[in-house]
Amino acid sequence: MAVIETRALTKRYPRVTALDALDVSVGDGVTGLVGANGAGKSTLIKILLGLLPPTSGSASVLGHDVVSEGAAVRAQVGYMPEHDCLPADVSANDLTVHLGQLSGLPYPAARERAADVLRHVGLAEERYRPMGGYSTGMKQRAKLAQALVHDPRLVLLDEPTNGLDPASRDEMLALVRRIGTEFGIAVLVTSHLLGELERVSDHVVVLDSGSLLRSSATSAFLDATGTLLVEVQGRADADRALGQALVDRGLTARPGGERLVEVEVGDRSADDVRDLVVATTTDLGLGLVRLQERHHRIEDVFREGLDV
Amino acid sequence: MSEQGAVIHDLGYRGYDGPRLSDAQVARVLYVSGLRHCFGLGRSGRSKILPLGLLGLMLLPALILVGVLVQAKDLLGLSEQIVPYSTYPITVQLLISVFVAAQAPVVFSRDLRFRTITLYLARPLRRTTYVLVRWASLVTATFVVVAAPLLLLYVGGLLAELPVGRETGRFVAALAGAAVLSATLGGLAAVVSALTVRRGLAVAAVIVVLVMSYGVVTTIQGLSEETGRPWLGEAAAAFSPYTLSHHLQVTLFDVPQATPTPPTGTTADAWTLVATAVAVLLPVLLLLARYRKVSG
Repeated sequence: MAVIETRALTKRYPRVTALDALDVSVGDGVTGLVGANGAGKSTLIKILLGLLPPTSGSASVLGHDVVSEGAAVRAQVGYMPEHDCLPADVSANDLTVHLGQLSGLPYPAARERAADVLRHVGLAEERYRPMGGYSTGMKQRAKLAQALVHDPRLVLLDEPTNGLDPASRDEMLALVRRIGTEFGIAVLVTSHLLGELERVSDHVVVLDSGSLLRSSATSAFLDATGTLLVEVQGRADADRALGQALVDRGLTARPGGERLVEVEVGDRSADDVRDLVVATTTDLGLGLVRLQERHHRIEDVFREGLDV
Repeated sequence: MSEQGAVIHDLGYRGYDGPRLSDAQVARVLYVSGLRHCFGLGRSGRSKILPLGLLGLMLLPALILVGVLVQAKDLLGLSEQIVPYSTYPITVQLLISVFVAAQAPVVFSRDLRFRTITLYLARPLRRTTYVLVRWASLVTATFVVVAAPLLLLYVGGLLAELPVGRETGRFVAALAGAAVLSATLGGLAAVVSALTVRRGLAVAAVIVVLVMSYGVVTTIQGLSEETGRPWLGEAAAAFSPYTLSHHLQVTLFDVPQATPTPPTGTTADAWTLVATAVAVLLPVLLLLARYRKVSG
């Protein structure tokens, strides 16, 4: 069963169409929801939580219709908003316990689980201090903890890496990955930074101006591009010499940056091209360091998609 | 692994399969936490000073009155409460106004200012339930502050051996009045707090509205009595929670009167009842409308 399923989901405001007949299906594991600011990511999340009624179309989360069974959806979903939402005069521990209770945990269970999830997100002694004094990284962790406290089956994480420095960003992404794999909780995570999601998500959904641009497994985004990258050594102009020799043998080759040579496979079989590259390298008396397929990054796909 | 037993084991993530609270139990958790926050309980030490201090100040005059009543009843020839139950809230109204004005933002503005409301709305609790429960917390806290000195007066009256039946009747009437007063004050302060996210502004606005409305109402009542138009004063009572809840007690029960133009006749009684219903319900409807616009 799909964790999230939308059919012709549309949300119109007086002046903008935030979501335009969106058909998306999200399964288990970590799904990245990518799109520029204003692409409709936050609108989609609010509709999925039953907080915002769609103009038309339908959506279901964990088998519950978001309009008619909003409470059932929210009981099994954790939500980490993009914006600040933490009261400054309350500790992370108190807030997490309280919100755990509001999701139906009896007090002793709420306390125990709050301690558990705060440890998982990496808040130690500071969890007893008022959150007004927290750094951005600590606030993001506290926001994540309250989304996990009631043991949801799905968490919706809206821009969890927003405002974090590179080290904290990596830690947050690793945590997101753990939630989707070790914890066994389905994750929908949004980002306007396209590159960071390819490392943690199994599946990527790309939104653009409220429409679906592409939805496929992350690996499919990283498909081979039809070119080989070659790195050789042996003399100072080794890459240029190899490139010239390959062109002489009828291949299309060009500098691939950082002393690499990029060779197009074209209509030939990849194996033939490989053999030819190896043979040429040997003939020139150079050492072959690396020979691999060049892969896309999500950014490339996104850029191409926008051009279409 | 060390054998000393001093190793912290990472148990990994554990799920939760235990029982869950019903919707009513969840609402009660929210109600109790709101009520506690009104008195600064579960918050910083500093936030306890104002509400508990005001509660103490509310009780102080009642304590003195009870002391005088019990000790000097025969000496002064007293046969009833020095300050009637129905009049006490009007006498100490400034304290009540400050309490409700200062604590309404605790219950309403905080969630909006910090946008914690999003985290509440993302839980199973319905939006309407959230608003009604928050309102009930504030009204209950206000009722505690209004009713506590009345209870003290009542106990004092019994100790001073005033007629039990009459005292009980008047005390119950005063509790009904206190309930209506708390509901109107709480609703009014809640609406103002939910509309202004700035706490100081909300506090000042509520106090000014309550003090001014009482001043205007009593002025009109005084003039209407002097000019022989008591109906004007009877009608004006609806525009201050203090005079309205007092008139309601006069209408429904036989209690000592504190305003120059108490309601007389069926028209005035009906007016008082309708005005009470509006004063209690209108703020609740406004609150619900206000929160329908909060998208989280």
